[in-house]
Amino acid sequence: MAEFTLPKNSKVQKGKHFPAPAGAKNTRSFKIYRWNPDDSANPRTDTYDVDMDSCGPMVLDALIKIKNEVDPTLTFRRSCREGICGSCAMNIDGSNTLACTKAIGDCGKTEVPIYPLPHMPVVKDLVPDLTHFYAQYASIKPWLRTQSAAPATTERLQSKEDRAKLDGLYECILCACCSTSCPSYWWNGDRYLGPAVLLQAYRWIIDSRDEDTGARLDDLEDPFKLYRCHTIMNCTRTCPKGLNPAKAIGEIKKLMLQRRGA
Amino acid sequence: MTAAYKITEHKYDMVVVGAGGAGLRATFGLAMKGLQTACISKVFPTRSHTVAAQGGISAALGNMGEDDWRYHFFDTVKGSDWLGDQDAIEYMCREAIPAIIELEHYGVPFSRTEEGKIYQRPFGGMTTKYGEGPPAQRTCAAADRTGHAILHTLYQQSLAHDARFFIEYFALDLIMDDEGACRGVLALDMSDGSLHLFRAQGTVLATGGYGRAYFSATSAHTCTGDGGGMALRAGLPLQDMEFVQFHPTGIYGAGCLITEGVRGEGGILRNSNGERFMERYAPSVKDLAPRDMVSRSMTIEIREGRGVGPKKDHIHLDLTHLDPAVIHEKLPGISETAKIFAGVDVTRQPIPVLPTVHYNMGGLQTNYHGEVVTLKNGDPNTVVPGLYSIGEAACVSVHGANRLGSNSLLDLVVFGRAVANRCAETIKPGANHKSLPASACDQALANLDKLRNADGGTPTAEIRDNMQQVMQRDAAVFRTGETLKQGVASITNAFKSFEDVRVSDRSLIWNSDLIETLELQNLLGQAVVTMVSAENRTESRGAHAREDYKTRNDAEWMKHTLCWMDGEGKTAIDYRPVHLNVLSTDVDVIPPKERKY
Repeated sequence: MAEFTLPKNSKVQKGKHFPAPAGAKNTRSFKIYRWNPDDSANPRTDTYDVDMDSCGPMVLDALIKIKNEVDPTLTFRRSCREGICGSCAMNIDGSNTLACTKAIGDCGKTEVPIYPLPHMPVVKDLVPDLTHFYAQYASIKPWLRTQSAAPATTERLQSKEDRAKLDGLYECILCACCSTSCPSYWWNGDRYLGPAVLLQAYRWIIDSRDEDTGARLDDLEDPFKLYRCHTIMNCTRTCPKGLNPAKAIGEIKKLMLQRRGA
Repeated sequence: MTAAYKITEHKYDMVVVGAGGAGLRATFGLAMKGLQTACISKVFPTRSHTVAAQGGISAALGNMGEDDWRYHFFDTVKGSDWLGDQDAIEYMCREAIPAIIELEHYGVPFSRTEEGKIYQRPFGGMTTKYGEGPPAQRTCAAADRTGHAILHTLYQQSLAHDARFFIEYFALDLIMDDEGACRGVLALDMSDGSLHLFRAQGTVLATGGYGRAYFSATSAHTCTGDGGGMALRAGLPLQDMEFVQFHPTGIYGAGCLITEGVRGEGGILRNSNGERFMERYAPSVKDLAPRDMVSRSMTIEIREGRGVGPKKDHIHLDLTHLDPAVIHEKLPGISETAKIFAGVDVTRQPIPVLPTVHYNMGGLQTNYHGEVVTLKNGDPNTVVPGLYSIGEAACVSVHGANRLGSNSLLDLVVFGRAVANRCAETIKPGANHKSLPASACDQALANLDKLRNADGGTPTAEIRDNMQQVMQRDAAVFRTGETLKQGVASITNAFKSFEDVRVSDRSLIWNSDLIETLELQNLLGQAVVTMVSAENRTESRGAHAREDYKTRNDAEWMKHTLCWMDGEGKTAIDYRPVHLNVLSTDVDVIPPKERKY
């Protein structure tokens, strides 16, 4: 089997170890990916031993504690701390998830490994560059497209049943956990839209108020954009909101077949 | 100074700072009107804290029973404890209806009624027939993820209208000229540390609240009120900063929000005796009393020994009697949050909750067009040319001394829209930019340079923690002259300790240590102004509850506080009359009376 090695300047080296303060009895170690583009050093993993008796229950609590008390240069995105903004998506204990809703107690490894979302360009430490991901989102024109005029002073009507079809789709927080867990997206992320964006595409296709289904399907009828999904299902497994992008992609594929009269 | 820093210059008709609900609504509204508009945001738009709003957005659509926007107007005035400006409240409640219909047309996935209309739920303080009728079902909801649904839709509309975004740009300071006009904003591109001057005919501050001045808040880590901080440094006053809303139901410990919609759907607050204590405090509306009253009632229950838990220091929010199908359909988000952060299955166990800092009624004073105004030569309505503010950053004032739940999402879209409409009338697309003196950015650069190289003895996190503890202790649900006096001294010390701040990260790329320090500077200014304004107001009104002045004193205090602060933390206070006038003959001014529910 072919073996690949990383270029010399990309090899992740063993970094510093920050022991817990003296007297800490209940500690947990976090092995965190560090890379600062401002210096010319290789990426490394620093290990921080955290006193769990003075730390909140979530991985984000540990990251913030480290940044506040040990190493202010540790860099990561965070905002709402309750799993709704999608800022703190990262690879924790081997899976993509949100640091704010991932309980430290649920991490299996003694030294909890924390890396940026896989296979994305790294800006610094745990901050990935999501520009391309966002551009792909914009490319599906993710807004209500209609031909008929909306009623002048009232809402468009939608039955409870039609509204229920959006459940499991509209809740997506664009954290990119699913797309960056997908091997097909790793290989062909330049042209394959990936699970998050396809979930959003389906959210509009299935919305009873949208009147541009044909054009939406036309746009996805492409060997790369849609059909690079090989039902690996990592997306559904990793989604921190419990959504099922693989199913949404399957539904799009079904609609494509129906349309061809197959 | 300018020579040492390279600045890239951008020219736009309008620049919007912030990409939450208000900022986005303004951004694509302005773009639709043909104005060249840039929106700069320190986070990707869908990460803004609007995303965390849960329960809904109010508008008297009458989909679920009789309603009238004038009832909404009355409720909002009464909810504000008569500190709200009635012209602005009239504007908001009337415009609510077209604004929400517009949101639906944009594609917001609202929950639906049997007829397919927008679903509406009851919310605190929302009544019918000018307080005489039954509770109103006025709050339009997308399950309990309404903010998420709206924010994503507004971002999608911004994409549809091809708005220009500068994402992960941190606004440093307003660029003001000698005549006191705002000429744009200086910002830092976090991805490479480069500086960008956005010159504009109009600058809109849509930067949100400063909840993180407190230790325990439902607010996101990024809610640092950067617009308010910039305004203080630009010599502008902030209005009504003593009014800080505590949401009755933040999760005990974690502080995460549990929507008032839980009580709208029938949830009940219970003390350690299992008693529905709100029946005693607000006999007519009970658990759906306004937030200030519920938070006070809970605090009293705890104080008098009827709190729950081993330390008897919190309250139970009980929804175990609700149909699990209703919980699943209408409250799925909080079920998940309660499970994750309190380990509670809401169909079987009550949620442990505590009043938690949630919203700032105060902010940059504006008129109902979103134009920032200030007190100048005796005129409290003097427009600051070129400066606008909307959303939680602003104080229009539609919320007065206490905001009603679901009026905040409304405030965002109504005034986001209003500012776009106003600028379409007053600003000429493509107009020439007046020249700026070479020194225009000097002050902003000096501040940045100082903090970038700050080498003191106290890390940012330590000063921040101290500030948060002081605010939590001394500007709480109940306040007294003594604690506030102590609070002013402590918060002034915290402010002064910033002179000794240490920034450890010296890098240019994504320097979050520096950003947190700049945010702390913004928070500290507003914390000082909040405490000083609170000490100054010797009455109880809305969210400002003084134990040494237990009643509202309209004769002396029916006026807005304006508070200025200089670079040394020295404050000055003045006032602005409450607008007791309305815009049309459709409603009458609601004269002040006792606020009882």
